[in-house]
Amino acid sequence: MINLESILYVFSSVLFIIGIKRLSHPKTARSGNFIASLGMLIAIITTLVSNSIVNLELVAVGIIVGSVIGAFFAIRVEMTQMPQMVAIFNGFGGIASALIAAAEFLNPSEPLLSFSIATISLSVFVGTLTFTGSFIAFGKLQGFISGQPIVFPGQQLLNAIIGISILGLSIYITLDPEQINIFYLIIAASAIIGFGLTIPIGGADMPVVISLLNSYSGIAAASTGFVLNNNALIISGALVGASGLILTNIMCKGMNRSLVNVIFGAVGLEQTTGSDGETKQINIKSYSTEEAAMIFDAAEKIIVVPGYGLAVAQAQHAVREVAEFLAKNGKTVLYAIHPVAGRMPGHMNVLLAEANIPYDQLKDLDEVNNEFEDCDVALVLGANDVVNPAARHDSSSPIYGMPILDVDKSRTVIINKRTMNTGFAGVQNELFGYDNSIMVFGDAKDMLQKLLKDLKEL
Amino acid sequence: MDINIFTVFILAVFVGVEIITKVPPTLHTPLMSGSNAISGIAIVGAIISTKVGGELGTWLGFTAVILATVNVVGGFMVTDKMLKMFKKK
Repeated sequence: MINLESILYVFSSVLFIIGIKRLSHPKTARSGNFIASLGMLIAIITTLVSNSIVNLELVAVGIIVGSVIGAFFAIRVEMTQMPQMVAIFNGFGGIASALIAAAEFLNPSEPLLSFSIATISLSVFVGTLTFTGSFIAFGKLQGFISGQPIVFPGQQLLNAIIGISILGLSIYITLDPEQINIFYLIIAASAIIGFGLTIPIGGADMPVVISLLNSYSGIAAASTGFVLNNNALIISGALVGASGLILTNIMCKGMNRSLVNVIFGAVGLEQTTGSDGETKQINIKSYSTEEAAMIFDAAEKIIVVPGYGLAVAQAQHAVREVAEFLAKNGKTVLYAIHPVAGRMPGHMNVLLAEANIPYDQLKDLDEVNNEFEDCDVALVLGANDVVNPAARHDSSSPIYGMPILDVDKSRTVIINKRTMNTGFAGVQNELFGYDNSIMVFGDAKDMLQKLLKDLKEL
Repeated sequence: MDINIFTVFILAVFVGVEIITKVPPTLHTPLMSGSNAISGIAIVGAIISTKVGGELGTWLGFTAVILATVNVVGGFMVTDKMLKMFKKK
């Protein structure tokens, strides 16, 4: 069945692949995104032309309304809000796939085979779960819902029962497609499990969840492709599914945790039972920005370690001003980016790019870790767990084994935090009590602006 | 059931893994929002489902068209917004 329609769908799939391939370098990335969007345009026009659409006006209205909403979000969003934006968009993609599968089930274009019903169930399940899960993730990131894990007794048992029920109902409906009520039950149960799987996950584990939901939105699109027997959906869905899974895997490695542990571990709960070593008293040294400025003045090599606190304080421009001032005075300034810093993969990179910090100054964990040995000052801004040395040696710590940035090997570590609260993993950071550590308390943006003023006055 | 669509799916997963592992960590957020836009390909299915017929099917399709378009337009635009900020010294 070679016709122009299927050739054009293959062509748009090729453009998606070329587009993603060009994301392998910042220089070619922007054109890659353009090429992918061209592929999408071709796919949409092909669909409109090759199907005798009954309701062209309705489709046109839908596209216009969707474009306006999408453009509004895209223009308005701040770089600090990217994680919740991606979360909610994942949800839209998921629910769109579920709706299409539902339409196909309720008004089949041809009598449904068992295989079609099975893929429809899969599509509805994954799509709906993605929608409600993304909604919770969005709420947690935006602050509507507490970032703390929400847990209750029997939670995992309940999720397991719902999961098994969905499987059972799907088998049932495949055998007896007349049971519309069963179909609605599948939708409801999928929605509930989407909530159920996301509420126990803490804020710091969001990079994993967003990556996973990203993958689900691809799987939902691919299974809808199976329902409609459409290669463009299958190929694109497979690409997105693979992308999300790879990112999920990178994030899990960045925390040295398994996916199962992230989803069911509920890490980040306040530890109520203080285990043996927890009462260890740490003595900290708190400095003013003036005193910190003198340390910077004497330093030659400075490494900045940004974390989520930087994003919350919107301090990306302030850090660039400080770094530029230091660089102008002949100092070397680098940025060390931990894979799970922030709330989504690459969050810090985008934030710093927004502040016009050249991407070649941003170094990955592997690249930067041996740079700390001859570093004079490591400036930790709103990062906590990713610089906690307990991950290297304390096997009782919840973050034990997580690859960390070895800031403690620098001559001096200057840590900016708002308060002495623990990080999201709920553990006190022994780094703060080290001999070479200095705390400078305050909001990251205020602190950096004061620091810059003090540096200039020296 | 058509074995060809499975072949296509499996091969596409391998292509995906191959090209996506080459994306540097610096570009992981744009990768995510860009691939998110690509998953808006569901719009193709949404347009098809508006003509499947039946009142309910049409409205489900219409809603899906809106949501998928938000995904496509918002996703590509925001990715472009991010990517144009990435500068070398």
